[in-house]
Amino acid sequence: MSGQTITEKILAKHAGLKAVSPGELINAKIDIALGNDITAPIAIREFRKAGAKKVFNRDKVVLVPDHFTPNKDIKSAEQCKILREFAAEHKLTHFYDGGEVGVEHALLPEKGVVVPGDLVIGADSHTCTYGALGAFSTGVGSTDLAAVMITGELWFKVPETMKFVFSGKLGKWVSGKDLILHVIGEIGVDGALYRAMEFCGTAIEKLSIESRMALCNMAIEAGAKSGIIAPDAITRAYVEGRAERPFKCYASDKDAVYCDARDYDCSKIEPKVAFPHLPENTKNISEVGNIPIDQVVIGSCTNGRLEDLAIAAKLLKGKKTAKHTRLIIIPATPLIYAQAMKKGWFDIFLKAGAIISPPTCGPCLGGHMGILAAGERALATTNRNFVGRMGDPKSEVYLANPAVAAATAIKGRIAHPDEVA
Amino acid sequence: MRLKGRAWKFGADVDTDRIIPARYLNTSDPVELAKHCMEDEDAGFAGKAAHGDMIVADKNFGCGSSREHAPIAIKAVGVSCVIAKSFARIFYRNSFNMGLPILESAEAVDAIDNADVVEVDMDSGEIYNVTKDARFKAKPIPPFMQELVNAGGLIESIKKKGLVR
Repeated sequence: MSGQTITEKILAKHAGLKAVSPGELINAKIDIALGNDITAPIAIREFRKAGAKKVFNRDKVVLVPDHFTPNKDIKSAEQCKILREFAAEHKLTHFYDGGEVGVEHALLPEKGVVVPGDLVIGADSHTCTYGALGAFSTGVGSTDLAAVMITGELWFKVPETMKFVFSGKLGKWVSGKDLILHVIGEIGVDGALYRAMEFCGTAIEKLSIESRMALCNMAIEAGAKSGIIAPDAITRAYVEGRAERPFKCYASDKDAVYCDARDYDCSKIEPKVAFPHLPENTKNISEVGNIPIDQVVIGSCTNGRLEDLAIAAKLLKGKKTAKHTRLIIIPATPLIYAQAMKKGWFDIFLKAGAIISPPTCGPCLGGHMGILAAGERALATTNRNFVGRMGDPKSEVYLANPAVAAATAIKGRIAHPDEVA
Repeated sequence: MRLKGRAWKFGADVDTDRIIPARYLNTSDPVELAKHCMEDEDAGFAGKAAHGDMIVADKNFGCGSSREHAPIAIKAVGVSCVIAKSFARIFYRNSFNMGLPILESAEAVDAIDNADVVEVDMDSGEIYNVTKDARFKAKPIPPFMQELVNAGGLIESIKKKGLVR
């Protein structure tokens, strides 16, 4: 028998099997099931319609109202109320409300709710973020979430795995975000459809946990089921002290089978910008040209973590945003918010003319807290630039890393970080 | 199950934001969601689509978000089925779970023009372009997914297995 990938090992373990192979249908036990204020109300409706009385495990059903919070209008307040009442009724251990809310995919790793070796499903497509910790995690819909809330299990088709090997030294302004944009630009928005993306190589071994999260976060933008990085010393350093449960680190066997393998020399990868209206429309920052920008957003489950704000603070120190450009900075969790404030970055941001938002998904999905008018153009550290994603269908979104975002806010057009450093 | 309707043709990579923009996701009411179905792709779609009409799209239909509001909006607006060259993974799963009929056939998509009348036999997977008198066979639905459809969706299937406590 040939070796197993990390993804196959985690799925096999949770299905009570010795080994699994791609294409096999399995029923697997779920460690964490996540919902938010958009997706959980439908799951709760299905849960009740099924006649269920009890969630399978109150420690494992996690609800984070982070999309339209602080409640943007009466309808969204009603949605959040459904979550609040359900969490109280079922005494859920992990329900985050008010000042405890953070962007779910930043919050759960930070709180140690998700740990290496887990099988996580979330009714949110960016659930694939937790692959950065060496967990198998994938986005599902609300009905799938309801089924898990009731039974604690879900069916999966074992995915084939594509291997992405990164070597070489990352350029000064290049981060996990650029690596994934580079890959999506190459393979397209369905280039990894139904598959697992495994990231490895000497460059990944040196990558910070935050950059790894940005990398795995956008696996879905290539159509993938999941993205994953085998846990190492960097993972352990992050997880130890915060993990709520014992964890298990898996790694792919040397003779594991991949449906595709690609090599990248990171020293040749520039900061990337994805042009409207698909994440695959990537260009090197040096090829962008003069594109004036009305709004810059630094935040989201992709790039709203401490490392991201650190880069922004470094570049914005003593600078002003361009007169015609609004800069919105959204620390992804209350802890990141507090840390950024303590480090004095809020002073830098405010003096630069930035708006500091409470943790929320907000403008990333065109929800609130920074919506675009027709004809307006935003550059964001978020993950999607679909038509109308941040507001009016005639607005545009460009995706980039936090360094490019900060430089762009200062210059008022898409800019290379070297121009302001 | 036999379905019949006019085809509404769309391109590749139609994302869930175009199927139902996030600005309307502060509700999960199917009637409200239906009013805005495909709004950013074709502003008047909800008013123009007749009951039974079909969405016919190129590759990777439903990419992006996990929002089940997307298949819910499509079903609630009266669309009887979606035929595409391929579907994004979460959209595919969601459609089976909540009961929106979907079929994959690159040949059929290429041979159907906007406003053609199309008949679909969900049991055999046959797609018949009435306007052009051309027949196509959709990619077979995996047996496991067929079981889900027969049971009436994922929740009904777990109910039947006695898994609801």
